[in-house]
Amino acid sequence: MRGSEAMAEAAIRAGCRLYFGYPITPQSELAEYMARELPKRGGVFLQVESEISAINMVLGAAVTGARAMTSSSGPGISLKQEGISYMAGCELPGVIVNVCRGGPGLGNIAPSEADYFQAVKGGGHGDYHNIVLAPSSVQEAAELCYEAFDLAERYRNPVMILCSAVIAQMMEPVEFMPPREQEKEEKPWALTGAKGREPRIIKSLRLEPEELEEHNRELQRKYETIKAREVRFESRHLEDARLVVVAFGTSARIAASAVEEAREQGYKVGLFRPITLFPFPKKALRDLAERVNKFLVFELSAGQMVEDVELSVAGRVEVDFYGRMGGYVPSPEECLEEIIKRCKERT
Amino acid sequence: MYQDLIISGFGGQGVLVIGRLLSYAAMRENKYVTFLPSYGPIMRGGTAHCTVVISSRPIGSPIIQKPLSAILMNVPSVLKFEGKVKHGGLVLYNSDLVDRTMSKRGNMEKVFVPATTIAQKVGSDRVANMVLAGAFIERTKVVSFDSASASILEAVGERHRDFVHLDEEALRRGVEFVRSGMSAGLKKD
Repeated sequence: MRGSEAMAEAAIRAGCRLYFGYPITPQSELAEYMARELPKRGGVFLQVESEISAINMVLGAAVTGARAMTSSSGPGISLKQEGISYMAGCELPGVIVNVCRGGPGLGNIAPSEADYFQAVKGGGHGDYHNIVLAPSSVQEAAELCYEAFDLAERYRNPVMILCSAVIAQMMEPVEFMPPREQEKEEKPWALTGAKGREPRIIKSLRLEPEELEEHNRELQRKYETIKAREVRFESRHLEDARLVVVAFGTSARIAASAVEEAREQGYKVGLFRPITLFPFPKKALRDLAERVNKFLVFELSAGQMVEDVELSVAGRVEVDFYGRMGGYVPSPEECLEEIIKRCKERT
Repeated sequence: MYQDLIISGFGGQGVLVIGRLLSYAAMRENKYVTFLPSYGPIMRGGTAHCTVVISSRPIGSPIIQKPLSAILMNVPSVLKFEGKVKHGGLVLYNSDLVDRTMSKRGNMEKVFVPATTIAQKVGSDRVANMVLAGAFIERTKVVSFDSASASILEAVGERHRDFVHLDEEALRRGVEFVRSGMSAGLKKD
């Protein structure tokens, strides 16, 4: 199954019955799947007039406690940022898929991972974070999309799935999770009609600085909890690695092939793959920095995650970078060459 | 086992269908597989290609710049991809649309399949892709004929159900073409 369709199916199985979106390559297949499947499965698919409408409909649906989703690619995700910031401010759950394409601007439709900053560092205004998940296979895209709804509700926070067009367009076998019953239980914060109970308020406007600062403190406490509990990463060959390649999503797939080949050639190379980009696996990388010689961050961008790796490592060892931009996808051989170059520098 | 290939041709020739066919067949055999299509504004008559990786072990990169093999269905595809195939690799051509003289590469095995002619004999030139798919699986044994044959409907989609029996026959003819050619020793260039 195609990655974009697998994410759509996983969302439906996670109990998502509301999808709002506007088509854009390379993720339109996700919306098409929703258009086909949701009406059959008791849901609503709406192709709206713009990405801004879509995200605000997700916000509106979330206010009532419903599981809602939107998806787009770079240019459309930029338009959604206002709504995402409002959702963060209102503490509303929601799942946003960004199938990243080459940028900036209209760019092209080729695979890229250059929306890392936008996804991880906020994107919209204000002191907030999305939870950001970066799948590197179709199976993982489905699993993370399924879990994204739980994470979003657990922390009442937008969750973004960031993947390149490779993950969305590629077909791989997928094993799906069991479909979940839609929750009958009312969420204690949702606006469901105040008849017979105290009214609830969901808002992001807080005019008094004291009140807004206190709200921000609470948000920050929440992010600290998320950082403590939700970090995920995968690694291989770290036992004896001298050089560790750090890559997420599609670049991690390419790097995985290159690392395996490098090891066959006798180089002591490992791979570290963050699955959550926020929260970033800072501590794991810091610990690793105590025993490896060098990190090589490999990205489909000019170098964005590399900044978080540098912050994590805090100068303990050298952090090098190699990346390609504009939708160019390097081959494992190209990545291997960069790995070997660095291995030889050491000796 | 491990095999990767690029399949390329005009949009409408069924390039992506070959990729899907191999992918579903590999899934049937519990192999790991990735299928990466070209996407975006591709129209009938434009060029389309896809990359398929099949392996008995988990697959790293689904993106292949230098494939082990290729199925090339038109001249632009030969110009674009023939040079990228690894030394010692394998290329299958639709020789009805690609003249042998167009092929400049050495150091690899070339199989020229008159796929359109064979397909017309089966009943429709629209199944030329299946002839090449049959030839490919017979030559590489990447999946079995039975798995491929059982995957046709999934690969072509419900709306082409009427063509499935032609597809299957074309697949078989592709297999036979390679078998007879191999025994005659004619295929190696």
